[in-house]
Amino acid sequence: MSAKKESKNPAETAVKEKRQVAAKLVPIYIMGKRYEVPEGLTIMKAMEYAGYKFIRGCGCRGGTCGACGTVYRKPGDYKLQVALACQKTVEPDMYMAQIPFFPANRAQYKFADLTSAPEEVFKLYPELFRCVACNACTKACPQGIEVMDAISALKQGNIAEAARLSFDCIQCGLCTSRCFGELAQYHMFQLARRIYGAKILPRAEHLAEMVRTINEGRYDQILDELKHVKGDELKKLYQEREAEPMPAGEDWKPKDTKYL
Amino acid sequence: MSVTISPKRLRREFVRKVKELSGQNLQSCYQCGMCSGNCPAASNMDLSPRQIIELARLGLEEEIANSKTMWICASCLACTVNCPRGFDLSKVMEAIRLLTLRKNIDQIRPEDISPQDRSELPQIAMVSGLRKFTG
Amino acid sequence: MKTKARNLEDPAVASVEVLGFKLEEIPRWNCCGAVYSLAEDDLIHQVAPVRNLIRVKEQGKDKLATLCAFCFNTLKRANLLMKENAEKRNTLNSFMDEEIDYSGEVKVVHLLEVLRDDIGWEALAQKVKLPLRELKVAPYYGCTLLRPREVAIDSVENPTILREFLKALGASPVDFPESTRCCGSYQIISNPDDIAGYAWTILNSALNHGAEALVLTCPLCDYNLGRGQKELMKKHSGFKGMPLFYFTQLLALALGLDPQVCHFELNYGSPESLLREKNLLS
Repeated sequence: MSAKKESKNPAETAVKEKRQVAAKLVPIYIMGKRYEVPEGLTIMKAMEYAGYKFIRGCGCRGGTCGACGTVYRKPGDYKLQVALACQKTVEPDMYMAQIPFFPANRAQYKFADLTSAPEEVFKLYPELFRCVACNACTKACPQGIEVMDAISALKQGNIAEAARLSFDCIQCGLCTSRCFGELAQYHMFQLARRIYGAKILPRAEHLAEMVRTINEGRYDQILDELKHVKGDELKKLYQEREAEPMPAGEDWKPKDTKYL
Repeated sequence: MSVTISPKRLRREFVRKVKELSGQNLQSCYQCGMCSGNCPAASNMDLSPRQIIELARLGLEEEIANSKTMWICASCLACTVNCPRGFDLSKVMEAIRLLTLRKNIDQIRPEDISPQDRSELPQIAMVSGLRKFTG
Repeated sequence: MKTKARNLEDPAVASVEVLGFKLEEIPRWNCCGAVYSLAEDDLIHQVAPVRNLIRVKEQGKDKLATLCAFCFNTLKRANLLMKENAEKRNTLNSFMDEEIDYSGEVKVVHLLEVLRDDIGWEALAQKVKLPLRELKVAPYYGCTLLRPREVAIDSVENPTILREFLKALGASPVDFPESTRCCGSYQIISNPDDIAGYAWTILNSALNHGAEALVLTCPLCDYNLGRGQKELMKKHSGFKGMPLFYFTQLLALALGLDPQVCHFELNYGSPESLLREKNLLS
């Protein structure tokens, strides 16, 4: 970039300096075509800089929705790398393609009719047993999940372990795209997590107890009273309310113990 | 059964592939029939193991393809351990199966197994079955 | 083993403790693939069993004992491949680049071999608290412990390991000609009617030779020989069902352990009533 004539305005100078610093460009290859994009951009921003408009393959832009799964490779290396376009910063010479959606098998089921037995997974996804433990799925996961181990847990009938191992799954589908046995790992994991959460994980007893207490009317009177408090008086009540102090010990009690 | 043997019907490519995949020398079989005698599934087969080897050697791919024998074989290896020539028939059966499966022609679909069975079968049955019947 | 074959694993783990050693489960194990790939060019199906062997090596151990005969066969054959075939070994090691290299350092054995070779039948007999007297059991080997020859744990034609095992436990082994005949294995998913035929051949032969029960080492044999028994009882009026035991259950019972660990309720052929008849179960 050629130097522009000095400006007397410090704000303008600062902006110009910022622009000059961020001007370093790196080459990347999007679907085979070469572009030069500012270093420091995420793949997604870089593609938009290059003129691509995302109508699919883009979602939360926050690393959680799994829409922007990307496969790329660097020169001199035969290995394929994976990343999320919205999270990964571009690297010079990266050669990439996107996998926004993979038509993985999703079994039809009525969740309410399922039990917590591992056989439910065997019935809905019998192709689970085609896994040959090749580990291509683990290598393809942008979240670092041990996909092969989680599938192994499912085969062994351990739904809880499969749910635990697949916790970070964002359903991007990259595992399925590389699977030798044609399994839809992320759909199987979702089923496992659903069964685990709804049918295996113990319920919080104190929560049920609290709901029961509320329904029995314990707080009806005070709620009624509050409903009739208006405007400034309500604000005053709120601002002067007693709050549990941050480092409160086990035996801290509020002044008014009527509702304990 | 009568079979027409002729150089015109000899599928060389098939013979070569079977030999390559199985690593066995088809020429070493002298048709003694020990394999068929020991095979526990022979009574359910249309062509006996011995006949399959003879057909394979002669390159008669069509007769073999029309047979159910290799899909009834349970890979129990009774043939292999009893062969006086030390020939590994189980590998030849596998090779013949694979030549079909690798063309993406599966013999069974997991959805054809009843949900009841899918739930009751030991996992090793599903794993081994899908290995032998799907590609 | 954690779901349907608890009755094979739990009595095994409990019994070996009494015998003075421990079975440690390998962490992060995966399914070995059940069947050994018989094709010369097929390496992807060797990955699964070899990965398990690598797990054993990672733990610093050099011996892998299996309970299930099916897995024993696959693991041992894959192990031999890694030992003997340099080219395939190199390819597999380079494919599994996320794992350490492996060249057959681990020894694969079946629990029966451990009982025979490391403990010894006499030592085992001495630990027996409840001899299985008058229990006429036919040893059923199936295929995978004895074939092919390079993995066989005993004579291929005339195995005696289960006979000696049963004698050590005080039971009466009943030899019969079909003890090494295949149960049909994976054919159960595609040709279940054939399986019923094989089961009848085996069970009927055992019955005719005076057996009251069969002893098994493989969950698939158990399923194939057990599942169709109700139908067989309907079809053959003289047949009253044949109780099937895992060798580990008989072991645990004879060593005087709590029968709960055996999970007899998961067995086919109602073995509890037979055991009660012989005063081996209260």
